[in-house]
Amino acid sequence: MADNSIPSDGVEGFLPGWEMVVGLEVHCELKTKTKLFCGCANSFGQEPNTNICPVCLGLPGSLPVINEQAVELAIRIGLSLNCTVDKSIFHRKNYFYPDMPKDYQVSQYEKAINENGILELPLSKKTVRIERAHIEEDTGKSVHVGGDGGRIHGADHSLVDYNRAGIPLVEIVSAPDLRSAEEAREYVTELRSILVASAASDGKMEEGSLRVDANVSVRRQGSEEFGTRCEIKNLNSLRSLTRAIGYEARRQVALIEAGERVVQQTRHWNEDQGITSAMRSKEEAYDYRYFPEPDLVPLEPSTEWISEIRTHIGLLPAARRERLTALFSDVSSGPVYDQIVTAVGLGLDDLVVGAAENGADPRLALARATNEVASDIGNLPRLTIEKFSDLIKLESQSKLSATQAKTVLGKMLESGADAAGVAKSLGFEALDSTVIEDLVDQVIGSSPKEWERFSSGEDQLAGFFVGQVMKLSKGKADGKIVTSLLRSKRS
Amino acid sequence: MANLAKLSLSEEEELMYTDQLGAILDHARDIMSLDTDDLLPTAHPLELKNVFRPDVETASLSREEVLSQAPASEDGRFLVPRILGEAP
Amino acid sequence: MGASVGLGASEIAELVRSKEISALEVAEEHLGLIESQDPNLNSFLQLASAAAIAAAKEVDAKIARGEDPGRLAGVPIALKDNLVTRGQTTTCASQILKGWKPPYSATVVERVSSAGAIAMGKTNLDEFAMGSSTENSSFGPTRNPYDLNRVPGGSSGGSAAAVAAKFAALALGSDTGGSIRQPAALCGIVGVKPTYGTVSRYGLIAFASSLDQVGPFARNVKDAALLLQVIAGHDSRDSTSLESPFPDLISHLDKGVRGLRVGIIEELIEGAAPMVGEALMASARSLSDQGAKVEHVSVPAVTYGLSAYYLIAPAEASSNLARYDGVRYGLRVDGQDMNETYVSTRTQGFGAEVKRRIMLGTFALSSGYYDAYYVKAQKVRTMIIDSFQNAYDRFDVLLSPTAPTTAFELGAKASDPLTMYLSDVCTIPTNLAGHPAMSVPYGLGENQMPIGIQILAPALGEVNMFRVAKAIENAAPTITKGLFWE
Ligand SMILES: [Mg+2]
Ligand SMILES: [Zn+2]
Repeated sequence: MADNSIPSDGVEGFLPGWEMVVGLEVHCELKTKTKLFCGCANSFGQEPNTNICPVCLGLPGSLPVINEQAVELAIRIGLSLNCTVDKSIFHRKNYFYPDMPKDYQVSQYEKAINENGILELPLSKKTVRIERAHIEEDTGKSVHVGGDGGRIHGADHSLVDYNRAGIPLVEIVSAPDLRSAEEAREYVTELRSILVASAASDGKMEEGSLRVDANVSVRRQGSEEFGTRCEIKNLNSLRSLTRAIGYEARRQVALIEAGERVVQQTRHWNEDQGITSAMRSKEEAYDYRYFPEPDLVPLEPSTEWISEIRTHIGLLPAARRERLTALFSDVSSGPVYDQIVTAVGLGLDDLVVGAAENGADPRLALARATNEVASDIGNLPRLTIEKFSDLIKLESQSKLSATQAKTVLGKMLESGADAAGVAKSLGFEALDSTVIEDLVDQVIGSSPKEWERFSSGEDQLAGFFVGQVMKLSKGKADGKIVTSLLRSKRS
Repeated sequence: MANLAKLSLSEEEELMYTDQLGAILDHARDIMSLDTDDLLPTAHPLELKNVFRPDVETASLSREEVLSQAPASEDGRFLVPRILGEAP
Repeated sequence: MGASVGLGASEIAELVRSKEISALEVAEEHLGLIESQDPNLNSFLQLASAAAIAAAKEVDAKIARGEDPGRLAGVPIALKDNLVTRGQTTTCASQILKGWKPPYSATVVERVSSAGAIAMGKTNLDEFAMGSSTENSSFGPTRNPYDLNRVPGGSSGGSAAAVAAKFAALALGSDTGGSIRQPAALCGIVGVKPTYGTVSRYGLIAFASSLDQVGPFARNVKDAALLLQVIAGHDSRDSTSLESPFPDLISHLDKGVRGLRVGIIEELIEGAAPMVGEALMASARSLSDQGAKVEHVSVPAVTYGLSAYYLIAPAEASSNLARYDGVRYGLRVDGQDMNETYVSTRTQGFGAEVKRRIMLGTFALSSGYYDAYYVKAQKVRTMIIDSFQNAYDRFDVLLSPTAPTTAFELGAKASDPLTMYLSDVCTIPTNLAGHPAMSVPYGLGENQMPIGIQILAPALGEVNMFRVAKAIENAAPTITKGLFWE
């Protein structure tokens, strides 16, 4: 059993003197209605082999015709990543595998539709070069029967479903510019936000619509040369990604330090064991015999079409962060900036901006969004900007305490009800200040020693008094009002 | 070559094919000496570009009809013998 | 034998429309002849008797209801067995597809059916259309209806033999390097390879995608034009299908050749048998007599066609034929695991010629050889296109023999692939260029077997090509020899 506790902050710290070099290939399923080359539905979770036709099943005589929307979405991705969008052609990548209906994959090889882009990481403020973002078709999927729990190795036989075969993919290939597992995670997170914001993909890693291959190598700190790299295939969660990269870098360093050499190979990440292992592929250096796909003609998007597509791209994460940042003064870093990155990453920024436009306190809105809403993100569709704004206002006007506001927001996400209604049903009518003052006086009277210490400057006792008042009011008193009453009575 | 093409050849066949392919490639020598430096390769006789279909769903095939042609199937899927390695 | 056998497609369609004869009678008469005589010829792999009878009845019913039965009403047609037909066995003459019933039909099959033609069945071919004699069929060779000891040519030998033998008025074939024109020449009928992109390839089982084209066989030029009109035209299911409307050939057929400039390709006369060369010159003189300007022309790059073709076509084929892997349809020969199953299925399922070309193509695409062979061949393809272009700057159409010789005996070239490949030397260059070309019979040559004259035209030059074809047909000596069953 390997050690699972791999720090996610890169080689620095756990492998001193070494640097890791990571490049990622992200396969992203496009959000089209139909497949790349045929009219079968592009949908997830159907009964096996029900979304198939002569084309995506590769039947003899069938021919592909490119889905225009897939090309548009691919161009959106390219433009969002600042790529050059240009003419391109398709090639065939030839290899035998049962999940490939034609025993070749139609992909872009020599010339991709999108090349030479960049992606800026929001937290590390690093620029990652994008080498290409090309269009290709997905393969089918197999389940393995018999042997050891559904794994390919030791299985008795396999069953193939071609529903996924022919789903349009864009493969986004980064330059080897990432230097830690944490950067890799940040890259994928930001890329995912961009894909979702441009409406090119739903970005659901858990449904396989985003799959990552990582190229990992290590080198001595300060060295300019690249080490021998290994490719880890099919990482389908951020957790797997960071763990696999960390493990692999450490494995390579251990090899080199033991005087051995890293062998260039494709490796498989085993989530349970927390290790990578060489894939058992018979021909390691496979000859794919790429050649131009004769059944398709070149793509040559006009400048007019590209400009039109540009207008279809929604507000991208960088612009979304700027929009939020503008609500505050000077937050290019620090905890509020982190919250801004989180809000944009989770698609909560419209909520915060909307609340601010409705006159609610943006800082409070940002905090509630990135904490309470983020922790129940599945119910986000039930929360309208109006209802959220109302809640933030109730809290900032002290009509709800912070504790009460959090509880109310939780119920709102569950039921879709409005803030005032939920507050009322919970009996969270904020006490008016005369009632609170009575309670404060009551507590001062029953704790004379504490009051004397507080009066003589022991500020930390404020918490004690607030707690007592809360107890008496059953949580209905607003903490801020209690504190200010205590301060005014002290002087 | 046979391995890449998933064919197995007997020794006799191997000799025959080597001979015949050699003769064909010998014949192809006539083009090897041609000066083609200034020519672009023609992958396709047509000069078409941007041929698209709209993103509109069309009917899929009946699974029963398709699986009726499969050498083996199980649970609505195509059954294949055990696979020894991951996709390359 | 009934009254309709031997009639042309235009005549049959006319008689059926005017109710002088029923489509059912036509179908029954042709099926009867096939059933009694095809065992000697082996032109059909599958006969679709029941479906043909049903389709003929439907045509008659349409006519009775006063509906338009289509331009090919009641015309018996034979389909090369590399065109997929829904629910009807489609094999490509290969063991690997034995018994396969496709769940869809080729666009051309749909088009001829909706034009009222009656599909009689699926015809024999060289396995996956790879060959020039139909001897590479894994279901036995087809024979030449003028001499059962000789080949009908190939790869569409079954379609050519069926039309020549009067089993059908029309047939569809496919032409990748001459597979329609060469068997048409050897069987004494008309065969056309249209401009690439004119006829949909959807449902044509691919051999070499950038070269393949479906085309018609008929016993006269007008019928070939009629069938081409029916199958030509844009198909949204084929990305390489041209959008431009196809011209009306029939209205131009009898316009004569006065003023047309005709060039005889010098490089393609040299290797021809003496009587084939004489026939070519005689056909050229007849054009000259009818007012065409005929001259010799050199098209030097055509001599490189064979070499370029035997790198490009096998390369595409090696990829197109990867899908026959024993997983989804067709033959499976089980091994211990998936890889062994691939190997045993393909080793047993493919015949010798198919394996030879897969090996050759795999080699041409493999790393280290790709640039030297495949890319080089593609550049030579450019050279051939340029060379033709030079000729078409001065000529409207070009002439050559269709094949260097008349039909050879079965087995004569079977052991030497290169010699066999050389029988396509005249037809291959047009496939590389994507241009149209057709073969028209011109009397008998060596061994009293038919000779074909090839007419070549630039892309979309079908109108002039057919005018010249008609003029040659008008002047051609009639074939006096009887068919094997006559
Ligand atoms: Mg890829
Ligand atoms: Zn499909």
